[in-house]
Amino acid sequence: MAGRNDNSWGHPGIYAGALLLIGVMLGPVVYIIIGGFRTNAQITVDPAGLPHPWEFGNYTNVLSSSGFWRQAGNSTIVAVVTTFGVVLLGVMASYVLARYRFRGSGAMYALFAAGLMFPVTVAITPVYILVKSLGIVNTLPGVILPQIAFALPTTIIILVPFLRAIPREIEEAAAIDRCSRLGFFWRIVIPLSVPGLVTTGILAFINSWNSYLLPLFILSEQDTFTLPLGVQAFASEYSVDTAKVLAFTSLSMIPALVFFSLFERRIVGGLTGAVKG
Amino acid sequence: MAGSLVIADHVRDGGGVQPPPPARPRRRGIGWAQRLEILLLAGPAILMFLGFVVAPILIAAYIGLYRWKGFGLPTNFVGFDNYVTILQDSAFWAALRHNGIIVVLSLIFQGPIAVALALLLNQKIRGRSVIRVLIFVPYVIAEVIVGTAWALLLQTNGAVNGVLRSIGLDGLTQDWLANPKLAIWTLIMILTWKYIGFAVILFLAGMQNIPEELAEAAAVDGASYWQTQWRITLPLLGPTIRIWGFLSIIGALQLFDLVYIIWGQYVSSTAGTSTMVTYMVNEGRNAGNYGYGNAVAVVLFVVSMTIALLYQRFVLRRDTEGALTGGR
Repeated sequence: MAGRNDNSWGHPGIYAGALLLIGVMLGPVVYIIIGGFRTNAQITVDPAGLPHPWEFGNYTNVLSSSGFWRQAGNSTIVAVVTTFGVVLLGVMASYVLARYRFRGSGAMYALFAAGLMFPVTVAITPVYILVKSLGIVNTLPGVILPQIAFALPTTIIILVPFLRAIPREIEEAAAIDRCSRLGFFWRIVIPLSVPGLVTTGILAFINSWNSYLLPLFILSEQDTFTLPLGVQAFASEYSVDTAKVLAFTSLSMIPALVFFSLFERRIVGGLTGAVKG
Repeated sequence: MAGSLVIADHVRDGGGVQPPPPARPRRRGIGWAQRLEILLLAGPAILMFLGFVVAPILIAAYIGLYRWKGFGLPTNFVGFDNYVTILQDSAFWAALRHNGIIVVLSLIFQGPIAVALALLLNQKIRGRSVIRVLIFVPYVIAEVIVGTAWALLLQTNGAVNGVLRSIGLDGLTQDWLANPKLAIWTLIMILTWKYIGFAVILFLAGMQNIPEELAEAAAVDGASYWQTQWRITLPLLGPTIRIWGFLSIIGALQLFDLVYIIWGQYVSSTAGTSTMVTYMVNEGRNAGNYGYGNAVAVVLFVVSMTIALLYQRFVLRRDTEGALTGGR
């Protein structure tokens, strides 16, 4: 009879389970980071061991190579411009959907909502053809423009409820003060919806930073590579130099991890809100 | 990636075809000034979306009817030949079968494990919020990085086999990636590791919506912890689980990055881990047959769409009904 005892496992069991879980989830990540501090000889002799002695050459090598910084720069440009583009276009369209009443608003919402089900994967081949016919293959805008378009549905679906929640009294007060609707949008709506904009912006940034398939199709010249392409190229170029690959890989995941840990509450919180509906 | 989080909301609302209720009725009709505002504000987003999302799908349907190497205009009209070739290609059916296996096994593995972990993390234990963040880490790291790491870990002389040898389990060492009997299970394991955090966070969020009074009342009636979870938590978590199932299925149908990174261009079909998208990339772009690649894209679109609609019709419908009748 367990009776009123809520917790038939006892606490030690729960903590042991939690520790095991963390070990399994973080093991591979820790392996990448630690492995970068070893030499290839160490890795060959004992693939799962600790660095002995610690070898910093791999990291300093990668950090002093121009390729890594160029790719990091490309990734940053693509992610930042994509993020700004998505958030700006998204908040404008969401404002219309949330605050204007017009024929076709239902169809417009349905259009973006349907887009949620089809990530860029499905349309990658024709997107490539489109980008090619626009003459922007092997340029960063060739990645940025499709990314903005494919990130719009998520952004709009998150932002519409946000903007609708702004009390109408504020809008009326603004109207009394002779503030136009567009003025209201820029001066009041945008500042009030900053939390929503940040959430959608982080999602767009991390997605862009990690995206692989689209850059793979659009960018074929080394100079234009983003980090995920760089990681793959590096891994095949230095396939015998495992330690260096590990160093390169762990350096390239830092920004997404930093962003995530800074804004983890917002991401997980936004998700909770999404499930609550 | 993380963007799919919010789909949950949209899917739960029954597919989102119904427009959101307007914030409030406008008192006056809309004049030209308002029309202009609407156009200015919504125009750019609509143009981008039509241009880069809707148009490509139409382009694919058109180019899929041609044999085209990607230079100049498609002129060699072949009708439905590309589609006939796809349906006669055993490699495509193999990829489709792998997708099917991945869909089913992802649900079977990730679902129960994630429910168990969510129950574990729903307990009042110290450091719970830290654990929640940590199990989400694999989900945030790029597929390319995760794939590169696992490919190194799982080599025949990699760390996984190294650990097994060092603890005396030499018999368990395997060729995890190339053995065709094993490779798909390896893939399932990696997918579980990568995406379980997402399921757990979803389920935890769902559990927080279950009123605590229910568990308290059950405890007063003498229900054990497990009885409470089985009879109260799980049934009430049903809608969240079904939404997660939808997202998991769509993701599994469009799996590409991990397979392509770990198994590369050539090995995935012999190892038995090829997917529809790796097939599309290999036979279309890599082989230079853009007409064919577009036809595969259309097939992929139709398969995903069909499964999405069937799932909404037969599985998610209950949730929308409940939402309507339950006065949600």
